[in-house]
Amino acid sequence: MSDPSSLGTAGPAAEARRDPAAPAGGGAERPRSLASDAWHDLRRRPLFLVSVTLIAFLLVLAAFPQLFTSADPNAGDLSRSRQPPSAEAWFGYDLLGRDVYARTIYGTRVSIVVGVLATSFTVLLGGSLGILAGFYGGWVDGLLSRIADVFFGLPFVLGAIVVLATFREEVGASAVGITTLVVLTMSMLSWPVSMRIMRSAAIAARDQDYVRAARALGASPMRVIRQHMLPNCLAPVLVYATIALGAFIGVEATLSFLSVGLRDPVVSWGVMISEARDYLRVAPFLLLFPAAFLAVTVLAFVMLGDAVREAFDPKGR
Amino acid sequence: MLEKATGASPLLEVDGLHVEFRTRDGVAHVLNGVDYHVEAGETLAVLGESGSGKSVTANTVMGILQSPPGHVTGGAVRYRGEELLTATPERRRELRGEHIAMIFQDALSALNPVFTVGFQIGEQLRTRRGMSRRDAERRAVELLDLVGIPGARQRVRNHPHQFSGGMRQRVMIAMSLALDPDVLIADEPTTALDVTVQAQIMDLLAEIQAERHMALILITHDLGVVAEVADRIAVMYAGRIVENADVHSLYANPCHPYTRSLLESIPRVDTKGSALRAIRGLPPSLTRIPPGCPFHPRCPMAADVCSDVVPPLETLPGGRSSACLFAEELVGR
Amino acid sequence: MGRYILRRLLQLVPVFFGTTFLIYLFVWALPGDPFAGKCGERSCPPAYIAKMREEYHLDENVVVQYLRYLGNLLQGDFGETFSGIPVAELIANAYPVTIRLALVALVIEAVIGLAAGVLTGLRSGGYLDNLVLVSTLFVIAIPVFVIGYVVQTVLGLRLGIIDPTVSSEARLSELLVPGFVLGSLSMAYVTRLTRTSISENRRSDYVRTAVAKGLTPRRVVGVHLLRNSAIPVITFLGVDLGSLMGGAIVTEGIFNIRGVGGLVFRSILTKEGATVTGVVVLLVIVYLLMNLLVDVLYAVLDPRIRYV
Repeated sequence: MSDPSSLGTAGPAAEARRDPAAPAGGGAERPRSLASDAWHDLRRRPLFLVSVTLIAFLLVLAAFPQLFTSADPNAGDLSRSRQPPSAEAWFGYDLLGRDVYARTIYGTRVSIVVGVLATSFTVLLGGSLGILAGFYGGWVDGLLSRIADVFFGLPFVLGAIVVLATFREEVGASAVGITTLVVLTMSMLSWPVSMRIMRSAAIAARDQDYVRAARALGASPMRVIRQHMLPNCLAPVLVYATIALGAFIGVEATLSFLSVGLRDPVVSWGVMISEARDYLRVAPFLLLFPAAFLAVTVLAFVMLGDAVREAFDPKGR
Repeated sequence: MLEKATGASPLLEVDGLHVEFRTRDGVAHVLNGVDYHVEAGETLAVLGESGSGKSVTANTVMGILQSPPGHVTGGAVRYRGEELLTATPERRRELRGEHIAMIFQDALSALNPVFTVGFQIGEQLRTRRGMSRRDAERRAVELLDLVGIPGARQRVRNHPHQFSGGMRQRVMIAMSLALDPDVLIADEPTTALDVTVQAQIMDLLAEIQAERHMALILITHDLGVVAEVADRIAVMYAGRIVENADVHSLYANPCHPYTRSLLESIPRVDTKGSALRAIRGLPPSLTRIPPGCPFHPRCPMAADVCSDVVPPLETLPGGRSSACLFAEELVGR
Repeated sequence: MGRYILRRLLQLVPVFFGTTFLIYLFVWALPGDPFAGKCGERSCPPAYIAKMREEYHLDENVVVQYLRYLGNLLQGDFGETFSGIPVAELIANAYPVTIRLALVALVIEAVIGLAAGVLTGLRSGGYLDNLVLVSTLFVIAIPVFVIGYVVQTVLGLRLGIIDPTVSSEARLSELLVPGFVLGSLSMAYVTRLTRTSISENRRSDYVRTAVAKGLTPRRVVGVHLLRNSAIPVITFLGVDLGSLMGGAIVTEGIFNIRGVGGLVFRSILTKEGATVTGVVVLLVIVYLLMNLLVDVLYAVLDPRIRYV
């Protein structure tokens, strides 16, 4: 009532006959949807701008590594083993004499691809199950929630290590195989989180009057879900997805660090850190550069997620 | 109808209050010179639509205006002659609850969900009157009884969500009376309630006020509620008082076009079949208040002079006032 | 309230069976040779394999195997490693260390996180607020093992303030820094959660009522605001303790702590199936129980939940 944002709106006594010729004193602003409002807000936040710029740069790095280095990330010359950074090799050479700078650049693609794929699978799987559970409720919800609880009860790192260690030999040395295994493992153990988020958003949406109205008018479940519920459930999932992307990149690094994630011939920052582990004292640069890139990337995504969340939060105005 | 006796200052007085809200979209002039006062034992109803500034005035009186974005830019509030706006925060805090109390519209969100009602009623007694826990609870039970809650002794241990809407509002009233305040400000106390419950709550407020000779400021937008309970009515529009009169005079013979239009817009049984009469147009955006009289764009009696001059609140014969340049003509009608 | 607890307990049971069965499946029934590497460089002789398979009932249906395993579990028999050491003994030696580490991490993250969160929640936008926001962002972004390594190198190796690795007794004083590292991520979350909770609740109607009642600011914040804002934070801490007790593989690895994390990690790599299953099942039980406890705690803290 004393909230200034309700100004310019019709009071209870001045309803019905609005005179179209008489302008509402002062020109009422066009009301904006939550999405465009959020976009307007986002555009002005430094957090958002910085993170988006960073991410754009990283994407270029990932898509066109050749633009940034001409060296082959897998070509090793043992005579150059562990040479510190110099004019020809900005980040030095690793244990097997490979150019660390080149490996870091090429590692960008793998790290980001793994993050994106894992996030996509997690959100798709968890999201669809979550919205179904939220929409149908009843035994469907009960069943799906119990299944989610079961996977939830598995400690992530432990479960991942068990699965990865078991299937290690099966995938052998195939780069695609190794990457796929890691991606699928991460998704399989993380989908309950996105399922729960989507489910609670779906339950909140289901109880809204416009959803009830749609169902009363006879809209099919598919239509109700797609048209009415989905747009409102997207915001929390979107926030989760951006943050999860960053988290997954970090998780991949952790798994590679534990020697169960990605490994040769795949080049990722996690692999590089894992290889650099034992030489921390003598050649800290081997760990420093991939770790720095890793930290900055994860930071960029988490910042983005933060900015998106604040922009979507109607209470933060 | 009570008049100011012998020129002594009223119990609570708002004098020319100006409040701005600084928002992203500009400065909103929420209060533009609000004047009203209330005496002991009197019920003043402050009537207005959403956005007219009635709650902001009350919040400023209590000292709970959110600042930022709100800022007091002029005027005064006096309690028993004491200037409140220039008083120390500590002094204002002392007055709250003890001398001036307030109840709010939505009792469910206004009460703390995790504490029992006994705790919430009793905490002022414990912290400000030094009562023991047991005494405070006993007093809380008495107060719950007073406001008509059955089984008070058991219910004192319940939490707010265990009460129905009407009962919760009674709890809030009980809470506000704990320290025996002289003035009670009720900000839309019945808006969220059913009509029958509304009547009960209004009766309760009237009863309590009479018993304690308390001053009651009733903030509402509901003309129906006001008619039963109020002694005087102050009508607000766009942040200022446009009419102030005793209840009988106001209903019988409103002397401001806005009040007149409001009364005419009430649907009545005997006008069945004819079109509803609404006030055309919308209330002004408070960031862009039109020059002159704020109501003139919508006023059926508007003349050219109305967009040049801001009509002051003029006193009229009969102890009433109106902020319309043509008020005297209206009195005559 | 009692009914609420009972219902939660009943929900727990199928989850327990589901999760432990899943683990059993992963460890024992996935493709892969359970005996790889047991007999040195060469593959094991058929006779040995046959004997082992019989002893571990590996030829039976996996469901039967699982049920048999559960039966043993209930009697306290966690089985033995392939070299005959009782798994229960290994766990009994390693778990207390992990528990101590988890408690240290929890206390550190709770104290620092709550304090920082309350201070910044009450006064948003200031210098402290920005500092806290940025530093929590960094901690969330940088993986634990990087933080751990950096801390170990700087404090342990370069500055020599602490021992780079923890002794086998694992005294509390030695666990302070590893605990800090372990809890760092959660501390960042606790800070942010507290901050958000406080700044949201600060504007709520009941706080306005408390001020309108003329209560001192200290009471408004300390009693009304805090009590409501703490609810999500305390529940988070409870769940976090469950996962902390789940063994901090990375932290234990970096600081060489002989806890359950290191134990299970080594066992996975050496394919000691019995140890892995035993430890993970125990961790799952602990995690589920902690979740139940947290739900109960939530009902205690928020009366509205009790009657749902």
